[in-house]
Amino acid sequence: MKIYRSMVLISSDPKSMLYGAEEVFQRFQQEIEAKGLQDEVQVSMVGDLGRHEVHPVVIVYPEAVLYGPVKPENVPLIVEEHLYKGRVVPELQLSPQELSGRIAWLTARKGTLPAEQRIVLERAGVIDPTNIEDYILHDGYAALGKVLTSMKPEDVIAEVQKSGLKGRGGAGFPTGLKWSFVAKAPGGKKYVICNADESEPGTFKDRVILEGDPHAILEAMAIAGYAVGADEGYIYVRGEYALAQERLNVAIAQAKEYGFLGKNIFGTDFHFEIHIHSGAGAYICGEETALIESIEGKRGEPRARPPYPTTHGLWGKPTLVNNVETLANIPPILRNGAEWYRKFGTPSSPGTKVYTILGNVNNTGLIEVPMGITLREVIAIYARGMKNGRTFKLAQTGGSSGSVIPASLQDTPMDFDSYNKAGVSLGSGALLICDEDTCVVDLAKVLVNFFRKESCGKCTPCRIGTYRAYQILQRISEGQGVLKDLDELLSLSDNLVNLSNCGLGQTAATPIKDILKYFRAEVEAHIRLGVCPTGVCTMVPEKSPQEA
Amino acid sequence: MDRVKSLEDLKKLREQALEKRKVKTASGEVQIIVGMGTVGIAAGARETLKAILEFIEKENLSGITVRQTGNIGWDSYEPIVQVVIGEQPKVTYGKVTPDAAIRIMKEHVLNGQVVKDHLLEG
Repeated sequence: MKIYRSMVLISSDPKSMLYGAEEVFQRFQQEIEAKGLQDEVQVSMVGDLGRHEVHPVVIVYPEAVLYGPVKPENVPLIVEEHLYKGRVVPELQLSPQELSGRIAWLTARKGTLPAEQRIVLERAGVIDPTNIEDYILHDGYAALGKVLTSMKPEDVIAEVQKSGLKGRGGAGFPTGLKWSFVAKAPGGKKYVICNADESEPGTFKDRVILEGDPHAILEAMAIAGYAVGADEGYIYVRGEYALAQERLNVAIAQAKEYGFLGKNIFGTDFHFEIHIHSGAGAYICGEETALIESIEGKRGEPRARPPYPTTHGLWGKPTLVNNVETLANIPPILRNGAEWYRKFGTPSSPGTKVYTILGNVNNTGLIEVPMGITLREVIAIYARGMKNGRTFKLAQTGGSSGSVIPASLQDTPMDFDSYNKAGVSLGSGALLICDEDTCVVDLAKVLVNFFRKESCGKCTPCRIGTYRAYQILQRISEGQGVLKDLDELLSLSDNLVNLSNCGLGQTAATPIKDILKYFRAEVEAHIRLGVCPTGVCTMVPEKSPQEA
Repeated sequence: MDRVKSLEDLKKLREQALEKRKVKTASGEVQIIVGMGTVGIAAGARETLKAILEFIEKENLSGITVRQTGNIGWDSYEPIVQVVIGEQPKVTYGKVTPDAAIRIMKEHVLNGQVVKDHLLEG
């Protein structure tokens, strides 16, 4: 992939197609070639841009200027003025008032680095995390104060439900609904748990939030406690996050001193305490029931569900388990209202998402952008293109348990619904971008090996299934595979999905299924031709094939 | 510290903090903000911070606050240092090694010249 100076995106939802998006696209290509700009400007059709009143919409990056409705006859003017001379064409521009949803980041931040829309990370990297005054200066604890003094618990839950916030841990369960389950569950004592185990390889969004803005999590947990009727909370922090734990401890001590935690918060009769529990490095403890077992001091193994933690959680009491990023969305929602929050993202998945970008790209790091932007935009704009000008082959989302997304899906908007429709999952927000030198068999082998090692061993399909799948993939990568192996891999992954006790086994099959769905030819080349097309696999048996 | 008992208390606290901030910026105070998340520290932010503090001590400078913050997300450019002089907008530098930090101190903080080589945003 070349690094282009400019990128033109044209919406291609059904209505835009009806209004001639295809002709606009072709016209753009013709005009750009006529001007000799084809090496500098990339033109692509993207999916739904989230604008349903104007068709078709065109975005020109890096200025992120929005044009619409664009007719084929408008194209020469845009190419001539904007792409050739670098001047915006005001008469075709969409007004900033009309900008909504995923395009809201245009006005967010001007500078040499691409603009993002920061809600969750608003304060991370700006305030001093060890200074509560800095947090208060940036509207800290205002949401808690507003909630405790002027809202009833059911109003808080209604507001969260109205905001349409979905869990950011990977599964995308509606947060307000979960809160209402815990609030309705019978029983006096309830708990709030913040899941900061974040053991998905490649994900570090929660760490950045905890390290950069620890008070936001304390505030959100206190709000959640008030809404569901809990007076005690736990933050289950990954063991490796020493700095995050240290800063959380400082933050808790400060919050207690100022009276934002403890008894009679804001002079009301609401009490809330927060404890920190350090994990010990097990992947499975990110699963909510295993996490609860671990807090109880037992071995980190998942429980059989139902009953769900919302009714029988920590020490058998109703428990709310939320991810760090989900909780970090709560104070801004309650401070500014659900209506404000729905302005960002897509109608079905409002808000923003924090992505960690890694792999073969020029710019790795962390971004927060509205839900619904596409992989193509992430790679070209935020990651500054592929390293060494290589071609994008696949992306792996959400650490190990996410999907393998082929280049053909890079124009699918990244939100929960669009990805579900495409049959892939968004996961926890880690984007591992791989170029053409990545072998899919090798990738699947590494991922399945990870699950094999992290399987807790409680249920058979997962314990043995991940091991068998790993053996088969190993065999294929050593040139010893037979075609029947592929059927066996598929039946193993069906068993993993259908029979495993928890999410670990269920998602362990995802990379296998995805590579066989999107890259079957490459896998078969290993078997039929005995070669690895990318030259990654050794294709000869190693000395001890049993143990890696 | 008195416990916060009502929204008014919180508002007062916020105003006090705002006031403190205003007094500082009005007096042309220099803020140097070092990104001290895990990524920053791994990339050498501690050494950068030490170099800045040593420089301030050696040159016997006053009116400079050095403080830490979390990760802003531009991991490829760590360690990141932000400089705010009085009421001027924030200037962000990337890949600030101890040597670069001393250059920034000399050229930007003392002489008001932005160091273009390390500029990320300003």
